[in-house]
Amino acid sequence: TGDQRHAGKHSRVISAFRSVSGDEGVSVGSAVREQHGRDESVHICRPPDVVVFPRSVEEVSALAKICHHHQLPMIPFGTGTGLEGGVGALKGGVCFSLRKMEQVLDLHQEDFDVTVEPGVTRKGLNSYLRDTGLWFPVDPGADASLCGMAATSASGTNAVRYGTMRENVLNLEVVLADGTVLHTAGKGRRPRKTSAGYNLTNLFVGSEGTLGIITKATLRLYGIPESMVSAVCSFPSVQSAVDSTVQILQAGVSIARIEFLDDVMINACNRFNNLSYAVTPTLFLEFHGSSKSMQEQVSITEEITRDNGGSDFAWAEDEETRGRLWKARHDAWYAALALRPGCKAYSTDVCVPISRLPQIIVETKEDLIRNNITGPIAGHVGDGNFHCLIVLDPNDPDEVQRVHSFTERLARRALAMDGTCTGEHGIGLGKRALLREEVGPSAIEVMLGLKASLDPKNLMNPGKVL
Amino acid sequence: MSARVLVGVKRVIDYAVKIRVKPDRTGVVTDGVKHSMNPFCEIAVEEAVKLKEKKLVKEVVAVSCGPQQVQETIRTALAMGADRGIHVEVSGKDYETLGPLQVSKIFAALAKKEQADLIILGKQAIDDDCNQTGQMTAALLDWPQGTFASEVTLEADKLKVVREIDGGLETIKINLPAVVTADLRLNTPRYATLPNIMKAKKKKITNVKPADLGVDVSSRLEVLKVEKLKEAGRI
Repeated sequence: TGDQRHAGKHSRVISAFRSVSGDEGVSVGSAVREQHGRDESVHICRPPDVVVFPRSVEEVSALAKICHHHQLPMIPFGTGTGLEGGVGALKGGVCFSLRKMEQVLDLHQEDFDVTVEPGVTRKGLNSYLRDTGLWFPVDPGADASLCGMAATSASGTNAVRYGTMRENVLNLEVVLADGTVLHTAGKGRRPRKTSAGYNLTNLFVGSEGTLGIITKATLRLYGIPESMVSAVCSFPSVQSAVDSTVQILQAGVSIARIEFLDDVMINACNRFNNLSYAVTPTLFLEFHGSSKSMQEQVSITEEITRDNGGSDFAWAEDEETRGRLWKARHDAWYAALALRPGCKAYSTDVCVPISRLPQIIVETKEDLIRNNITGPIAGHVGDGNFHCLIVLDPNDPDEVQRVHSFTERLARRALAMDGTCTGEHGIGLGKRALLREEVGPSAIEVMLGLKASLDPKNLMNPGKVL
Repeated sequence: MSARVLVGVKRVIDYAVKIRVKPDRTGVVTDGVKHSMNPFCEIAVEEAVKLKEKKLVKEVVAVSCGPQQVQETIRTALAMGADRGIHVEVSGKDYETLGPLQVSKIFAALAKKEQADLIILGKQAIDDDCNQTGQMTAALLDWPQGTFASEVTLEADKLKVVREIDGGLETIKINLPAVVTADLRLNTPRYATLPNIMKAKKKKITNVKPADLGVDVSSRLEVLKVEKLKEAGRI
């Protein structure tokens, strides 16, 4: 069979892998390889030559040593929920699927920290923690691997209150290209703050598998707030919605989520869910805090929105009504896809200082209309980050080209406004040129130097980031 | 409304844990293994707390039978909104052989002692999958039962219960006092918030022994062996 011929080519290496991880720990089957060559992006599947399933950091290290000796590329794989093609094996090689390492280790409730292996997902951890009153609030939407979220420096709707992965990883255990096991902050250490030496932890956060394989992450936890209140408000313009956002942040209201949906997106959500929101820029808000203070937080916010021309302000505290209020925002991705059944969706990810948001959104919408592109907008307006959920027919080369040019213009528009081409999804495969433009030649030289120092043979996820 | 609700909460091995059978095949490994409230009991607690938030019942009492550790499970129920707890002390061999018949006798006795108007239990525990305690409790008390409930509505002194059955959904009306067992779609249980966990430490848990309730916990069943299922064919 094709699978057997494929295995024959790499037989010596494969038997070495099997002696480390057992027969069930190594796969050359084409279905398994294809499954590990794609993520949730629009990039085509690039399957690895072999997939290994290590069960411990010792196995990861032993397998890495074998790959290092035979000069084989190594690609770490968590849940495959990335959005930038980060897991594609461009040069073949070995995919390290880390899903068998799925333990929650070392929970310290009073210190608000926990250590997890790469197979533990965000929802899995929060379920594990449910009796403790603690949670890990970084919420990128997908039920992603937490170590994978560290690798891509993920963020989410809660970032405005709880930060992104950059602020919430205390320590990492990483296996380098030559099999060396590194503890970025020292083995087992978990102080809430440190000024000891170079910040290696945050070097690996966002490195997208190009510097090493993350095998443990020590994370900062938070108390589940006593009360969560959700609210919705419509605005006559993008400017008034953003002005309200800035004033809400300035008022010190205990806001946890501020999500922006433009008129095209609201229209899509109305159609998808049979709702009847006014087809105009809309903010979805969520407050976290004590029950006693909620009423006050909500009235301060309502007043701010009214002063900015907002209308139809609605809010709720009980879980059912909150769910209904936010359903439009939750289903945004599917509502966008439903606009053009049979098409694929691609999400842009630029992030600018909040004050520049109205300008960039207005210019972007003009660009979308001028080029006949379906691109409803949803954004984490509290961070200045927004996504155009572009719905396109991948088999129409003209449309694909138009969308590609659009995304380049959008990224450069954001860079021109002191922003970034990627607020939370990462560079992956498609934004490497933009990274150069964004950080400049000196920073790129430093990044290349670090990469050469940690991975001189360029075996770690080659072709990504740099 | 002055109704009092008893809710049963069972401490079981957490649903996410991979179960391992002991080498001597007398049971499963429980030492050092994560335990938590049985998921159907979480749904039962949530329903009782919702009734209290709607001011349809006055007091929610969480009950658990077992050794010292079950107090953690009662505390979780208190953090979710139960008012007080009752810990029925059963330990050692008695705890290993504790099953639905003895637990239902305990609940029947407590229902009379606490003058409960409603008992809400999970439909079954995820360790033994018995699905018997609710039904036995109702029989012992000669109370009506609404089992596999996916919707419960209080209408004056009657309970409208929508039940999940093989053919679909069955709606029944039963008099109070009654026993209800919670099925999966009855509600989505809340996570206990940290402030509420802190506040729950001040809520009262009373201890009581089965003998005080006139219940004999000796078992009429003997476990012969516990085995792992043979693995299905592998490709």
